[in-house]
Amino acid sequence: MPAFIQIRNLNKYFGDLHVLKDVNLEVQEGEKVVILGPSGSGKSTLIRCVDFLEEPSSGEVVIDGTTLTRKNHLEMARKYSSMVFQQFNLYPNMTVLGNLTIAPIKLQHKSKEEANANAMAALRRVGLAQKADEYPQNLSGGQQQRVAIARAMCTKQPIILFDEPTSALDPEMVQEVLDVMVELAHENITMLCVTHEMGFAREVADRIVFMDDGRIIETGTPEHFFTHPDNPRVQAFLDKIIH
Amino acid sequence: MDLFDPMRWQQTLANMDMFWEGFGFTLRVVLAGLALALVLGTVLGIFSTTRSKVLHAINRVYVEFYQNTPLPVQVFFMYAAGPLILQRITGASDPVRIASFTLGALGVGLYHAAYISEVIRQGIEAVPRGQMEAALSQGFSRAQAYRYVILPQTFRIILPPLCNQALNLVKNTSVLALIAGGDLMYNADNFVSTYGYLQGYVMCCLLYFLICFPLALLVQHLERSSSRTPRRRRRAVAAQAGQTAGGEA
Repeated sequence: MPAFIQIRNLNKYFGDLHVLKDVNLEVQEGEKVVILGPSGSGKSTLIRCVDFLEEPSSGEVVIDGTTLTRKNHLEMARKYSSMVFQQFNLYPNMTVLGNLTIAPIKLQHKSKEEANANAMAALRRVGLAQKADEYPQNLSGGQQQRVAIARAMCTKQPIILFDEPTSALDPEMVQEVLDVMVELAHENITMLCVTHEMGFAREVADRIVFMDDGRIIETGTPEHFFTHPDNPRVQAFLDKIIH
Repeated sequence: MDLFDPMRWQQTLANMDMFWEGFGFTLRVVLAGLALALVLGTVLGIFSTTRSKVLHAINRVYVEFYQNTPLPVQVFFMYAAGPLILQRITGASDPVRIASFTLGALGVGLYHAAYISEVIRQGIEAVPRGQMEAALSQGFSRAQAYRYVILPQTFRIILPPLCNQALNLVKNTSVLALIAGGDLMYNADNFVSTYGYLQGYVMCCLLYFLICFPLALLVQHLERSSSRTPRRRRRAVAAQAGQTAGGEA
C-alpha cells in the first residue's frame, strides 16, 4: 500500500535560492515524524509544502493518493491537514471559542452547538476550558499555542503539521505545550513536527528526519539517530546541542 | 458691524427653509457618495493586496489619477462631458442631463474611493501574513479568509482614518455649488446673493459644523479605543452548562 504522504523529488526555489533539493520522504498514516536540522536547512519549507502554503517548484506532494495542486489544495487542506505555527496565528478578532469553531461551522457546516461542544472538549484536553470566552491577546504565549493546537484538533484532519511550535515561547512555557503535543501523539494522528526539542523528538518520534542544506541526510529511529548516526554532520549537530 | 446686526440675523433665520433644504440635499449626497466610496474603495484596496499584476495596475492608475487631480476639475469635467458621453452610449438625440444629486454623489464618491482604497490597503497590510496562512491552512479560500479573518481586523485599524475620510467627504460635497447646485453651500450662496447678508455663510458653516464636529469627536474616540485590547467577552455560558443554546448575549 502506498504511503499516506509521499513527497517526491521536491524542489523549492525562492528566487535564486535553492531551498529544497530533490527531497523524497514517505510518511505512513499515524506515524510521528520529527524533522530536525540547523536553521535554514529547509525544514519549515518542507512541511509548508505539505500544506501548500509554499508551492513546489518541481516534484510533488501526494496525500492519500492525490497530488496537491493549485486547484485542489484548499479542499485537500480541509480534508487532510492543519498546521500549528511558530507564531500561533490565532485570530485576534475572535474569542478562543470563536477561533476553534469558525472552520468547523463555515467549512464543515457543523451546527453551532456541535462545534461549541467539540471546541469545549478540545479546550478541556489542553487544559484551557476556562479561557473559552477570552480573547487570544489576553493569554500567555504557552496558552495561545495550546489553543492553536486545540484549533487544529477541532477540524479533525488526520495530519497535523507543527512548524517550530515552541520556538517563540518563553522557556518556562515550552513544557506545557510539549505536554499537550505528547498527549496528542497517543492518537492515530499523523504528525510532522519541525522542532529543536530533542527530548520531545526522543520521546514521541517514530522516525527522525535530519535535514541539512535543503536535503534529507539522515533518517531513522530516535535510538539510531541519537546513539549512532551514520552522517558525521548529524553527529556534529548533536554535539553542539546536547552538552 | 453688519455681521452682528440682529435685523440681518432675523432675516437669515426667517429663511432657514432654504438652508435646511440644502442641508438635507447635502446629507443625501454624503450618504450616497460615502456608500460608493466605501464599496469602490474596498474593492480597489483589495486589488492592491492581491498577487495579480493587472489588478495592481488598475488600483495604481485609479489612485494616482484621483489623488493628483483637483476634485473641482473632475466634477466640472463630469458636468460638461457626462451628458455627451451618455448621449453617445444611449444613442439619444440630445445630451442626457445628469441630476445634480448624481453628479455630487459620483464626484465625491469616486474621489474619496481613491483615498479610502489607500486606507484599506494599509489596513490589510497591517494584518500579519500569518493570519492569511492560518486561514488557508484551515482550508478557507482567500475570499473567505478576507471575509472572516482579515477584513474584520482591518476594520478596527482603519475605522479612525475612514471616519476622517467621511468628514472630508462631507466638506467636499460643497464643490457642487460650483456647478449643478442644490446643496447647502449653493443655497447659502443663493441667500447671500439675494439679500447681500454674509450671515448666510456663517449659517452655512454652522450647519456643516453640525455634521462634521460629531464625526471629528468620533474619530478621536475610535483612535483611543482601537489602541485598547478587547476584554473578556460576556457570554451566557450555555455551552458549558449543557442548556439549549439561546444565541449570543
